[in-house]
Order: sequence, then structure tokens, then C-alpha cells
Amino acid sequence: MAERLHSFEAAAVPEKRGGGFWSLAWQRFRDDRIGVSSLVIVAAFFIMVLLSALGVIAGNWNKEVGIHDAPPDLWGLLTPAVPEAVGNAAQRAAQTMEKTQSMEALPPSTVVDPLAETLVRLRGEDDALPENRIMDPLAETLRSLGADDKTLTVEKEKRASLPFGGDRWGRDVLEKTVKGSQTSIIVGLSAALLATLLGTLLGALAGYYGGRADDVLNWVYNVFSAIPYLLLILAVAAVLQQRGVMTVILILGLTGWTGVFRLIRAEYIKHRGREYVQAAHAFGVPDRRILFSHILPNVSHVVLVKVSLLAVGFIKAEVILSFLGFGVAVDEVSWGSMLNDAQRELILGKWWELAAAGGAMALLVTAFSLLTDAMRDALDPKIRVAP
Amino acid sequence: MTAYIVRRLLQMIPTMLGVVLLLFVLFNWVGGDPAYILAGKISSEAQIANIRHQLGVDRPAYVQIGIFLKQIVTADFGASWSTNEPVSDILKTRLGPSLTVLVPLLVLGTLLAIALSLVVARFRRTLTDRMVMVACTVGMSISILVYIIVFQYVFAFRLGWFPVQGWGDSLWTNLATYAALPILIGLCVGLAPDLRLFRSFMLDEIEQDYVRTARAKGLSETRILWVHVLRNASIPIVTYVMAALPGLLVGAFLIERFFSIPGIGREVLLAVERSDFPVIKAITVYVAVATMFANLAADLIYKAVDPRVELK
Repeated sequence: MAERLHSFEAAAVPEKRGGGFWSLAWQRFRDDRIGVSSLVIVAAFFIMVLLSALGVIAGNWNKEVGIHDAPPDLWGLLTPAVPEAVGNAAQRAAQTMEKTQSMEALPPSTVVDPLAETLVRLRGEDDALPENRIMDPLAETLRSLGADDKTLTVEKEKRASLPFGGDRWGRDVLEKTVKGSQTSIIVGLSAALLATLLGTLLGALAGYYGGRADDVLNWVYNVFSAIPYLLLILAVAAVLQQRGVMTVILILGLTGWTGVFRLIRAEYIKHRGREYVQAAHAFGVPDRRILFSHILPNVSHVVLVKVSLLAVGFIKAEVILSFLGFGVAVDEVSWGSMLNDAQRELILGKWWELAAAGGAMALLVTAFSLLTDAMRDALDPKIRVAP
Repeated sequence: MTAYIVRRLLQMIPTMLGVVLLLFVLFNWVGGDPAYILAGKISSEAQIANIRHQLGVDRPAYVQIGIFLKQIVTADFGASWSTNEPVSDILKTRLGPSLTVLVPLLVLGTLLAIALSLVVARFRRTLTDRMVMVACTVGMSISILVYIIVFQYVFAFRLGWFPVQGWGDSLWTNLATYAALPILIGLCVGLAPDLRLFRSFMLDEIEQDYVRTARAKGLSETRILWVHVLRNASIPIVTYVMAALPGLLVGAFLIERFFSIPGIGREVLLAVERSDFPVIKAITVYVAVATMFANLAADLIYKAVDPRVELK
């Protein structure tokens, strides 16, 4: 509460701290400890996304680096609970079953392996032995036959535990989470920018010109807001058959502009009667410049807060869409598709992917929401909106 | 009053036509030729031409929109493309299960959020208040998927307190066993945003003059909050709840999917997965109508609760 009071005093006595609107806002923001910590977390996520998009980190998310369902060890802090090969009979049976399933579920390889079934059975028996580093007697023959080398030496090369555990295929959950963050955050931000661009443009036109243009745009707004948002998204997803990051951005961006429209329209109606706009008009400044060079900077703080709010909403929406299979493509990963994998893994007691994806999302969305609150408070000192 | 209602009803017509136009553009142009989806992969030219004729897509656009409008008015959208069940039957049978979950959820959720927001409003502008609000933000940031997955796993799968999924025939069995966990999850997910919103409604009222007057009269803080403030704050609350109602019908689709509840939301998902356009179109149109009527009802209730409100 102390910093709240403090920042209020600071706002009331602006002459002590000089500068324009943005620098004053920044000074107010700096006093908000929760806001600053949120900014640090959000910035850290953005740097991670950037590095991951450039391929510096998490480039191997799709590689099967560990054994399947490798337990998490948190770099040695956690002792993996299930050392394989010494488990009880039931567990072994379950593992064999899973292995068979995962082998079946693998994308069809180009070479049809006539020994695949035998191998699976052999491997199952392998696991039953206390020491599973036994050389596969068929390995040499198979290799010469041109079978995939990787499927044979699985257990030896692959790590028994990973920092955040592994998924069903033995992919590193940590790298998947990083890559999933990249997808989810990029989708959320791009869709928010698209929706804001669309909403601001239409809102500016409707608010500034009024009359017939306003009527038509308002009608479009009414139509879009008559359909509940999620239903509209699902209807568009049903129509657009292809899946992928671009599709999700388009779906969310093209359906989510209505809130921005209403907000910006109201702002432009407020501003169009102001003296500076009338003066610009009298000088013969073209409408295009009045709309976007004169008025827009004066409402940009509203836009900024709205982008931030939308990004949070769209990240949540993308996660749901991808979870349902209407979002990112199958060869991409997002928090939503991770949660989909995790749902099945949890029933087998493998909780780590759920924790990683759910935790990363909760952390980012919390920080982003608190940052938005702090931004709104800092940018609009007159309205002390409750947190 | 009557003039107002009539005017509002007339205003719905252009909006409704817009919704029809939007859906028509989406499903007939953006979505590609419906005949190819319906005919499946193996089909001859003649079959496709036949289906196109049956659907009416070989006729000019205005005739097709006419067909669509007629379908809406007569509530006859033909049969589902995937199950061949009449769409009107699908809607009728799916509404009950959805409402069985939603009505208790809405009533309990609203009452709980009102009570808690009044408690929080008493601690306004203190550290407790700030902490509760931060906790709400954290609660809202956890994906609804995580709530459902974890609750279903812990309470149904591990502890066995509730059935993992399923649905019965009698209302009471459903309410007592199958709907209980979905309602609990819905309460947990909805509480944080509702609490935040209702608290801000309460705080708006606490600043008003009548509260100062009540305090000057020597009324207790409890009485001020639970009688004076609550009565006035109930106006935006009612509006909010009414406006949220149609969206909830579809919004609960995740819960319905996880718990295999045969409701409207799950039907939408199934239809999207199967490209079952008649079902999606029908649900979208009727939910849009419901939304418009809910908004009108919200405004009328607003007027009824607060006579100062001018209906324009």
C-alpha cells in the first residue's frame, strides 16, 4: 500500500519530476514494485522466445534425446523415482505395452521392417533382464538390411532422466516448453497486433467521421459481437481447414478486434471536438494526418494497454485451440498441444509435462496481467482503477 | 416501455441479417464447396452435382440466403452431415444436459462471488485486498485446461470421489453424481474473474454519497455493505450475468468434452471436428438470437431495478 500512496503523491506533484507524458508514466511505473518485477519476467520470456526463434536454444526439441517418459531430475536436485529395469513385473508389462504402442504410433518409416514385431518382443524381454545393455543379436544383420540405426541403439544412447523429464517419445520437456512458449507467445502477440490494427483503423474512421461510416461500422461491430466469441472462433476454425501458426493468428486477429473498435471509436469521438483537431483542420491538414499523426498519439496509451490485454486473452485462446487440435499443426508445439500430450501422460502418473507447460503459461500470463495493470495505473493517473 | 421494446426488436433485424450474411460467407465461400465435404473423398461428378442441387448451392447467392433464412425461421436445418440426425433434434436433446450444469454453476458462482466480493470490499485498499487481487490474477492465469485435467485426475481418477465421466437419464442422478465435479471446476475457474469484477462494482458504490450518509447515521459497516451497497451494486451484476449467459452455454464446451456431457458445447466441438456445417450454423444462429434477447432482457431488468435509468 505504501508504494501506491507514494506514487499517488508523485502524480499529484508533477513539477518535481519533469518530462513529457511517457517519461512521467515511466517514473510512476518504476515505483510500482509488482509492475517492475512483472516486466522483468515478461522481458525474460521475450528474450527466450527471441533466442528460440533464432535457433540458439531449444533447436533439438523434436529429437528423442531421452528414454520415453524419462523422469525429471532438475539437474540432479531430484532423484528420478523410477529406475527402469528394476521395477516390478506389472510395471515392466506396462512399459512393454507402452513401447509397443509408441512403436505403432511412430510415423510410418519409409522402409518396411519385417522384423519390427520380433524386435519389439525381444526388447520387451530385454527390459526384463537386470542389465539391459545386452547387444541386440540381430542388430548387425538389421543394419546391413538398411533399417533405421536409431531404433536399435535406443536404450544405450538415450538419457535415463532429463532436467524437466521427457515426454512419451523421450523428447526433452524443457526444450519443448521453450519452443512451446515461442509458438504461444508469438501467436498471442501477432494476433493482438492484428486485432489492434484492425480495431484502431475501423474505430478511428467510425469515431472521426461519424454519420454513415459510423452506422455501417457499428453494424459490423454489432454483428460480430452478437455471436459469443468462442463460438465465432470455432466456426471460423471449422471453415479454415488447414492448421498452423498463421491460421491461428488470422482466426484470433480477425475475430478479436471488436473490443478495440469500441474503445478507439469512443476516444476519437471525444477527440474530434478538441481544439487541436479543429486547428489542424483549419490549417488544411489532410484527414489522414489528423487521424493518425495528430489524434492517434493522444490515444496511444489506451491502445497500448489494450494490446497487452488482448495478448493475454489470445495466448489463453491459442492454448485451448491447440489443445483441441484446431490450432497449431502436428509438427509444431505449443503450450496447448503439450497439455494435450500431458493429459494422457498424467493418467500413467507422468506429471512433469503438465507441470512444465501449465507452469510456464501461468507464470507468463500472471506476469503479463500484472504488468498490464501496472501499465494502466501508470499511464492513466486520473483513473486509479483498482488492481 | 412498449415503444422501447418494439424499437429494440426492430433494431435486431439488421444485426440478425448481418449474422446470417457472415455465416453464409463463412460457410459457403470461405469454407469451399459444401458438396465436396459432404460427398467425401470418393464421389463421381454426378453425385456431386446431385448433392449441390439438393443443398441448393447451384443456385444464385440470394436464393441460397433465402433458403438459409427459411431454415432459421422454420427451425428446420435438415439433417446433420455426419450422423443424419435432424439438427433440431440435436439442439433439443443437447440443451438439457448443458443447462443441468450451467444453471447451478451460474447461481452458485454468482452468489459466492457476491459474498466474497463484499468481504474483500471491507478490506479495500489494504494489503489483504491487494494480496487477494494478486491471487485472483494468478488463479485466472492458470489455464482452464490445467484445472480440468488436474481436478479430474485427483478427485475422480485417484480419489474416486466422483465418476471420471458419464451422464445418466434422471436429472437427480446427473446433478448429484455426474454434474458435481464439473460444477466444482466451473466454480473454481469462474470465481477469480467474477470476484475481481464484482469487487470493482462494490468499490464504485462505496465512493457514493449515500454511503457516507449511511455511515453518518451510525449504521454498521456490515449493514452498509450488505444492504445499501449490495442493492445498488446488484444492477451492474445482473447486467453482467445476463449478458454472460448465452456465451456460457457454449463456453462450457471444455468441461462438457472432458466429462462426456452430451451438451451444446460438446456438440459444437464435434461438429467442428467433423465439418458438420448445418449443426454449427444452427447453433451459431440461435445462440446469436439468444445473446440479443439476453442483452435486451438485461437492459429491461436494469430499468426495473433502477428507475432512474433512462431507456433510450
